[in-house]
Amino acid sequence: MTTKQPPDHGPDRLVLRNLSKRFGGTVALDQVDWSVRADEVHCLVGENGSGKSTLIKVVSGVLRPDPGGMVLIDGVEQPRMTPTLSKSLGVQVIYQDLSLFPNLSVAENIAMDQLLGPGLGRANHGKMRAAARTVLDSLEHELPLDRVVGTLPVAQRQIVAISRGLAANARLLFMDEPTASLTRSEVDRLFTLVRRLRQMDVTIVFVSHRMDEIAEIADRVSLLRDGVMSGTFDAANVTDHEMAVRLSGDKIVHTIAARPVLRDAPLLQVVDAGRDGEFSNINLTLHKGEILGLTGLLGAGRTELALSLFGMAPLDRGQVRLNGQDLRLRSNQDAINAGIAYLSEDRLSLGLNLRQSISDNVAISVLDRIAGRFGLVTAAERKSLAERWVQELDMKAEDVGAEASTLSGGNQQRVVLAKWLATDPKVLILDSPTVGVDIRNKEGIYRLVRKLAQSGVAILLISDEIPEVYFNADRVLHMKQGRIADEFIPGDVSQDQMKDSIYA
Amino acid sequence: MPEFTRIFARTEAVLAVIIVLLCVLFGLASPFFLTLPNFADLIEAYSVTTILAAGVFVVLVSGGIDISFAAVASAGQYLAAYVATSYGVGPVVAIGLACLLGLGLGAVNAMLTHYLRVWSIIITIATSSIYFALLIQITGGSEIYNLPDWWADRIVFLRWDFGPGEFVRITLPIVVMVAVVLLTHVLMSSTRIGRQVYALGGNPDAANRVGFNILRVQLFAYGYLGTLAGLAGFIQAHRVGQAVPTAMAGTELGVLAVAILGGASLVGGIGTMGGVVLGVLLLAILQNGLNLMGVSPFFFDVVIGLTILISISLTSFTARRRRQRKMGDAA
Repeated sequence: MTTKQPPDHGPDRLVLRNLSKRFGGTVALDQVDWSVRADEVHCLVGENGSGKSTLIKVVSGVLRPDPGGMVLIDGVEQPRMTPTLSKSLGVQVIYQDLSLFPNLSVAENIAMDQLLGPGLGRANHGKMRAAARTVLDSLEHELPLDRVVGTLPVAQRQIVAISRGLAANARLLFMDEPTASLTRSEVDRLFTLVRRLRQMDVTIVFVSHRMDEIAEIADRVSLLRDGVMSGTFDAANVTDHEMAVRLSGDKIVHTIAARPVLRDAPLLQVVDAGRDGEFSNINLTLHKGEILGLTGLLGAGRTELALSLFGMAPLDRGQVRLNGQDLRLRSNQDAINAGIAYLSEDRLSLGLNLRQSISDNVAISVLDRIAGRFGLVTAAERKSLAERWVQELDMKAEDVGAEASTLSGGNQQRVVLAKWLATDPKVLILDSPTVGVDIRNKEGIYRLVRKLAQSGVAILLISDEIPEVYFNADRVLHMKQGRIADEFIPGDVSQDQMKDSIYA
Repeated sequence: MPEFTRIFARTEAVLAVIIVLLCVLFGLASPFFLTLPNFADLIEAYSVTTILAAGVFVVLVSGGIDISFAAVASAGQYLAAYVATSYGVGPVVAIGLACLLGLGLGAVNAMLTHYLRVWSIIITIATSSIYFALLIQITGGSEIYNLPDWWADRIVFLRWDFGPGEFVRITLPIVVMVAVVLLTHVLMSSTRIGRQVYALGGNPDAANRVGFNILRVQLFAYGYLGTLAGLAGFIQAHRVGQAVPTAMAGTELGVLAVAILGGASLVGGIGTMGGVVLGVLLLAILQNGLNLMGVSPFFFDVVIGLTILISISLTSFTARRRRQRKMGDAA
């Protein structure tokens, strides 16, 4: 149901035709046809791994598309796109991490182009300040030009990043999830800015997956799924539900999994916990068999709290009690011995040794326990351990001796899970467990988490996807600027109420 | 850049206060310490260290580290001495060759670091070993004593006499050192390439995305250090009147210590030339003062080691303080 383009729209700024990109056997982009009009804000929706970043890299000249694909900018075909050429055509990308220089001044960051010329030329600070001032004036924003960017709050850093794009004469601006770490009022200001940019003849491609935001800011919306562009719609016609269904490719009926919590079995208690600069006054109780959700904006201190509970960042204040006993968590070894396990946000870099076999990865956390005489750990012991978990967790792995890198993202996550479940934990901390996992595998992981909770494991589920905690947790805590701001019981409040409160 | 100056003003102010305190302390302990002749001697004695530290500072700001400069300086020095004694070339050619060799060896470090994508400390430990070993192999370890007069003779630009045996001289090493410090300061604060070095050290990923020619920035940083190392090798031979293949071996940590002490961070992106000069001054005064008080010179290596340890732990301490401040902002 791709809408026919009405004849009265402006010319296309960007057109992709039959664009594909393969990496080895993986298809990142599959015959994408797509167009973005010069006078619109176009939202690009897609899950992690759907090909969004590959698409941005192709348009910005970082990656070369496979033969047969075509990129047209302002109607002109660009068969040999390079980063320099794409910049000269006005393509600018604002990455999610903003890619600013924290140690340089606001003026230097905005007028960065002036630093790119011949090396021994003078870095004209006066000229850079003037250029930065001009751009900020056109956006009607005030920023201290001489401040070092690293000392600015994140919303202002975003203004710096946008200004840098404008100073480099942006005409097609990609913004990669710009709202992920902003509060509602900051998002409002950003949207005002985006509308202003559109008036200044800058085309915006806005990557996001918050439906309410898309409806508010976009003219049109496109869905990218598994490398396929599966439709472009007028934003006005798109309802939240229809989009979610389209995005996932099948109808997923979410049901609330929350069960009443047995208040008489507190397992883990955190009392007045604080760590300088990260979080403070944290009080929470995790009961046996409970799934406790923990959500909040990026940078609210969720991961920092998890690392402290896992002994990797010592608390400056407060206590952690397990079964009423005070824990001394000076290292992750203390936490593991006490029965606390942690599945990290970045499973690839922190949770898994990709070059080692599946069985070695699973066995690493329990080497002491499976060691035989003389403290030796036999290969057979590791193999049987791993095979048990492959079966238990429904993993798709033919041979537990294969390198972990040969597994898909979802299965790699299960290996990390197996590694921690092998320690027989009482408390399991899951930090954004479904990042980079496609929607079908997500369900599998949720089922697994519930099964674990039913067997008595207490689970702390950290996520910035509100539906994830809403539909899977028994209770949800909202963390804000390093403190617990609210507690919700899914069902007692609606998902929208929870969203409103968190993005407020 | 007021904000910049404010941040580094802190490091520099702390250094200045410590320097003043040490001066008072040593001045009370030894009547000879707080005299102009002593200070002039001290500055000359540290001229080679300062020239090298200026180069190391640039590499540290770029986010790298290079400890092969002692080997590079020795190689440059020996090459210059060899062509000067065997072929009778003049100062311009000799110094030019020493600097060119340094530039080349620095470029090798930059390219290895860039293309192999290995920590530069590992690369330069390896190249340091290779450069030194090749130098000993080629020269047979023999010294060159008969440096031409234009090289070995002391060159004095200014001289003030205060009394019998008491005088202050502004010599060639001091002049070269001051020139290098000023040049480095201007390069790093007011040229495009200097600001690119800061930017690269501050966020390498962003530098790549913004479209920096990263190899070029690295070639500049390591090449600049190499060139200065060649020059430092020349000055060192000038001061001692001979070229010895191993003369500079073992000076690495001292030079690194003053650069780090002066506020250049091992993670890159920060530091100023002024801070590094204060770092040199502090270490020089400490060594001279301890010397005058009769402390064993061997003990000074303990001081250098402690300096590195303390300045690095101070960095992680300030990181914690920064966390506390951030919390203050949020509340």
